[in-house]
Amino acid sequence: MEKIRLTIDNRPLEVDKGTNLVEAAATIGIRIPTLCYLNLHEFGCKNDPGVCRICVVEVEGRKNLAPACKTLCTEGMVVRTHTPRVINARQTILELILSDHPNECLTCSKNGYCSLQTMAKDLGVREAKYKGETTKPLQDLSPSVVRNMEKCILCRRCETVCNQMQTVGALSVVGRGFTSVLCTAFNDPILSSNCVNCGQCVAVCPTNALSENSNIKEVLRALADPTKTVVVQTAPAVRVALGQDFGLEGESVTGKMATALRQLGFDYVFDTDFAADLTIMEEGTELLGRLEKHLAGNRQARLPIMTSCCPGWVSFVEKHFPELREYLSTAKSPQQMFGAIAKNYLAPKLGIDRRHLIVVSVMPCVAKKSEAARPEFSSEGDPDVNISITTRELAHMIRYANMDFDKLPESDFDSPLGESTGASAIFGVTGGVIEAAVRTAYEVHTGKPLPRIDFTELRGLEGVRSATIDFDGTPIRIGIAHGLGNARKLVEKILAGEADYHAVEVMACPGGCINGGGQPYHRGNAALLKQRTASLYAEDRSKPIRKSHENPAIRQLYAEFLGKPCGELSHRLLHTHYIDRKPVVEPIPNKK
Amino acid sequence: MEKICLSERRIDEIKTICRTHHNDPGELINILHDTQNKLGYLPKQVQELIALELGIPASRVYGVVSFYSFFTMTPKGKYPISVCMGTACYVRGGEKVLDEFKRLLNIDVGGTTPDGLFSLDSLRCVGACGLAPVVMVGPRVYGRLKVADVKRIIDEVTAHEQEI
Repeated sequence: MEKIRLTIDNRPLEVDKGTNLVEAAATIGIRIPTLCYLNLHEFGCKNDPGVCRICVVEVEGRKNLAPACKTLCTEGMVVRTHTPRVINARQTILELILSDHPNECLTCSKNGYCSLQTMAKDLGVREAKYKGETTKPLQDLSPSVVRNMEKCILCRRCETVCNQMQTVGALSVVGRGFTSVLCTAFNDPILSSNCVNCGQCVAVCPTNALSENSNIKEVLRALADPTKTVVVQTAPAVRVALGQDFGLEGESVTGKMATALRQLGFDYVFDTDFAADLTIMEEGTELLGRLEKHLAGNRQARLPIMTSCCPGWVSFVEKHFPELREYLSTAKSPQQMFGAIAKNYLAPKLGIDRRHLIVVSVMPCVAKKSEAARPEFSSEGDPDVNISITTRELAHMIRYANMDFDKLPESDFDSPLGESTGASAIFGVTGGVIEAAVRTAYEVHTGKPLPRIDFTELRGLEGVRSATIDFDGTPIRIGIAHGLGNARKLVEKILAGEADYHAVEVMACPGGCINGGGQPYHRGNAALLKQRTASLYAEDRSKPIRKSHENPAIRQLYAEFLGKPCGELSHRLLHTHYIDRKPVVEPIPNKK
Repeated sequence: MEKICLSERRIDEIKTICRTHHNDPGELINILHDTQNKLGYLPKQVQELIALELGIPASRVYGVVSFYSFFTMTPKGKYPISVCMGTACYVRGGEKVLDEFKRLLNIDVGGTTPDGLFSLDSLRCVGACGLAPVVMVGPRVYGRLKVADVKRIIDEVTAHEQEI
């Protein structure tokens, strides 16, 4: 790679040709402020429309200021990033952006997490100098996402992740000039659009234009209701991200989280990891069933079997590739399996009516809110999972309760729906679900113990991966994709007959749930996501049992209640169906 | 599941236009031009069908349609009125002429009269600044207009319509 030598703020440096000034400055620890620029390098997604202009710098020999994100380094370039002229320009630019912003920071739900707010603080903006026309308020919401368009600064990050990275295409800038607005096709409600609720737009929004639909109030109300028994389940990826808000960035805080939940007033603190083990039992059995039929020559056995844990991916299939519905595993996601078991097994065990048992889930995800609201996941109007909140919302609740989180003692989950294995811990990272499934399917299929537990060939951050696992003489071909753009690539290969897999895992969010739309904001920091991933694999290694089928609580559940995996009761409680939601053309006969 | 309801004839017309452009998303603007020439406007359902044919999100089609002022989602009148708001026309009273059209037809810019006869738009410079203020009604150009002329133009067209 050709090297370029330049000087930034009197410091010489050398970078690869093609590097822009923001990235170059970062290599020597100079953080040029940005609002629209976002480089998710690991996921092959870059937003650099150069529209916010906050990153302007002085380049010697150039008359006007240069936007650092759109300016490539050239040999001998001399750059200054904080001259009075630069700072003055940045302040003016920000004041102009703020002239069309509600500036209601104290009552905004993004207070303390907003990049625009931080920018105003860092640049020392002290007055709202400009007054003028403002964007009309426009609010739209689904169970997962809220759009507040008067808070949008048109940075286009959401448009880029929605269209380029996820290839969903729900959001687009519409109109022109001052009236342009980020919206769905025809400004239809998100609910009826092709949005799959993955929440990656929320994850990258610098302001509060896009946020999760908060359900904190419902949880607080349930906890305060003496007639209700409130149980909580926490998804695998929550425990490695929650600490970020309390100075424990990327660390696993499982024990402290359990204590915090108990102090918040939950009657039972359970774990979605338990349900993840259950998912492996059901999905793994389904995989083996289809596989054995397929190997016996039955061409009606649909392969590859595709994972169905991720509601963003399920929705993507339903809205964009409905022809793939029969490939999806019919197994419900861990969140919904937990809900079904809590309402149908735990409630009778505790001797209470299912309506008096409130199931709350803490998820790294905003799509889980929509999943919990699906009508097929409720019984006579009572949802299996009553309320789903994100990791960010749980962090808020912990602050409401004035807890010194980092000083909390550690505690364990409650029994029986709190016991889990290492296999379930890695559900939160791309490749984890299929690795957990392989650990169980191998032993069930071959009747032999696994020669090794870690399948490193299934791990990694490459967008589309494949590996072949030897099931004692039978090669099992596995495909993995994370990020819906990568899922689209994989699916198109399968549909074109260019890829021949037995099993496929898809996670809608790049990296898996560790980077879910409900997680504390990563702000483009890939190292943080890698740390969360490493913490989950460490969680797996630390568990005495690392295969789902060896979980004693799962064995007990089957012995006591369910019978066998994919049995009759399992089918009724733990499996589901999918709906074609793609728009269809309906011809109206011509008038005579 | 959302349904895109269009007549069989419409579906054929639109599919043919898309096919002429090899269903190439890069040809979107040309496809929209051809479709608008054929139908007079680009309603939601038509845009959704084009999106489906080209394999692109409807939001992208809508983004393009809403960006270019040439494209319209409401049907145009039989006699589209365009009032020039270019600098020369504006300083010579273009806005007053436009307001008079709005008042007499009782529609806003971008609107169409209920009988489908007139639609009203403003545009920037038709290149006849010497005739400012200029109004176009269909292909006909009217120059050096005064507010009082507006009623005469409308009456002329209405009378002509009644004759045929």
